[in-house]
Amino acid sequence: MEVKKISDYEWEISKTGNMKVPARIFASEKLLKDMQKDKTLEQIKNVATLPGIVKNAIALSDSHQGYGFPIGGVAAFDLKKGIISPGGVGYDINCSVRLLRTNLKKSDLDEKRKEVINALFNNVPSGVGEKGRIRLSKEELDNVLINGAKWAVKKGYGTKEDYEHTEENGGMPDANPADVSPRAKARGMPQLGSLGAGNHFLEVQTVENIYDELIAKTFGLEEDQVTIMIHCGSRGLGHQVASDYIKLMEKEYGWPKEDRELVYAPIESELGKKYFSAMSCAANFAFANKQLITHWVRETMKKIFPQFKAEVVYDVCHNIAKIEEHFVDGKKVRLCVHRKGATRSFGPGRSEIPVAYRKIGQPVIIPGTMGTASYILVGTKKAEQITFGSTAHGAGRVESRTQAKKELSAEKIKRELNEKGIELVSGSYKGIVEEAPEVYKDIDEVVRVSHETGIGKLVARVIPLAVMKG
Amino acid sequence: MTYKFLSHTADLKVLVQEKNLNKSFFNSAFALKEAICGKIKIKPKISRKFIVKGEDFESLLYNFLEEFLFLLDAKEFIFSKIEKLELDEKNFKISAEISGDKAGNYKFNNPVKAITYNDMFVGKRGKSFICQFVLDV
Repeated sequence: MEVKKISDYEWEISKTGNMKVPARIFASEKLLKDMQKDKTLEQIKNVATLPGIVKNAIALSDSHQGYGFPIGGVAAFDLKKGIISPGGVGYDINCSVRLLRTNLKKSDLDEKRKEVINALFNNVPSGVGEKGRIRLSKEELDNVLINGAKWAVKKGYGTKEDYEHTEENGGMPDANPADVSPRAKARGMPQLGSLGAGNHFLEVQTVENIYDELIAKTFGLEEDQVTIMIHCGSRGLGHQVASDYIKLMEKEYGWPKEDRELVYAPIESELGKKYFSAMSCAANFAFANKQLITHWVRETMKKIFPQFKAEVVYDVCHNIAKIEEHFVDGKKVRLCVHRKGATRSFGPGRSEIPVAYRKIGQPVIIPGTMGTASYILVGTKKAEQITFGSTAHGAGRVESRTQAKKELSAEKIKRELNEKGIELVSGSYKGIVEEAPEVYKDIDEVVRVSHETGIGKLVARVIPLAVMKG
Repeated sequence: MTYKFLSHTADLKVLVQEKNLNKSFFNSAFALKEAICGKIKIKPKISRKFIVKGEDFESLLYNFLEEFLFLLDAKEFIFSKIEKLELDEKNFKISAEISGDKAGNYKFNNPVKAITYNDMFVGKRGKSFICQFVLDV
């Protein structure tokens, strides 16, 4: 497959065959080479064949092979001619990241890292059998699906400011619980307020470096400050919503010959609208989930540090489809933007951004892996122009989990992290190995590409002090 | 063990090769179980029955495996054994009797989010009957 170099960080696959638009890849030469090792480029080419796709199919710097769309894929569709695809959102709908700033300094944790992470591990449910701490009736679950983080705040778990600093104000509108199957609800009901396993985590960090003083100050971040990052999604409920609608869309519309996972429905069709509504419900479940976890983090930390305070910097979606306004060929249009393993990166002035940040741009949170740094960036106008306001979402994988298990041992990884001063607790040894830093791409390189291409501007680098894996 | 975990960047790819399709479906469930909870021993304390249907072999495999994720999330049930598996190849239907236990009695964290159609293959290759699938983890 021919990949044309546009600049040091931009590449193009020209429109051929069934492709309706070209595919654009944002990567350094090194990251592009990683993508060429698996099916990433083939998958982004497939995305370019979908009806109603506008301008480009985009693969961001952390892209790797997924199912249907690659992870790190972005595509925008015309509302009249275009489609919506569960494979363009992902099974873990609104897998997302929230960053809390605290009033602690790194030195406050010097002797307490172990105590802190063990206490968090005990108070924040993570996995199977250890159910969420919330018992819901069916009616109450419907309220969660309609209201998201607002539901949790109304119940006393957090403050108004929390959801005001969350994408979509912590709740997607147009979420009708009737569009979510009883099966999906049954899977979600016991799991609200739990972190989940896999790549999900809760991390206590410190701000190591500030790249932009002014913007960092507006985000309330300063050097040596302790931050807390929560990464989780919509759990079984979101997975079942994806699966249910893949089946329904297959029945109604069949599937593209390129890949069964690329199944879709026209955005304006009844099924397309129902999926959007069900996806919104799952997104709201994820928002509520992180709101509850935020509350338990505060509760836990207060027991150790009585003066503890934590405020939400921002909370970004990584797996979502949104109706947004963008400029295409100089004209303002409304599009359905799919971001699968990608972060929204809006520049200054957009009404979607919380008032506190509207003048400078939206905070972008890009988590690393358990041993490495994470980054805070700010969204840009350039991103709006060239990637439908999107940037990378994380390190992205380079090695398979099966391979990781052959090569790495949990004890060794834990020891290495301890040597770097990072405490680690996990529900399973298997999880530690599968999520080892070695299986991910170099986060510094991923973020550098976003910064250099101007689709996100570096603000701060945070490093882990203590990590809880599901 | 007649299943193998194959290399796949993001997710977990499984290949099951058997003498007949029935056995292939049977062992696909055990591959999924290993992905969910590793090799810990689950006691066969509780019995369950279920029926799943598909439109073709692929969707039948998808729906069959998804049932185990559903039972785990919604009923907190992890299976130990498949006591009986009847595969109706004509009507793409499986009737299964399984046994297992409350998931809360064991310590594991399920990383499997979903079954996917990515790279899925169900059918005959040479003399073997294959079930190949990718789990979203």
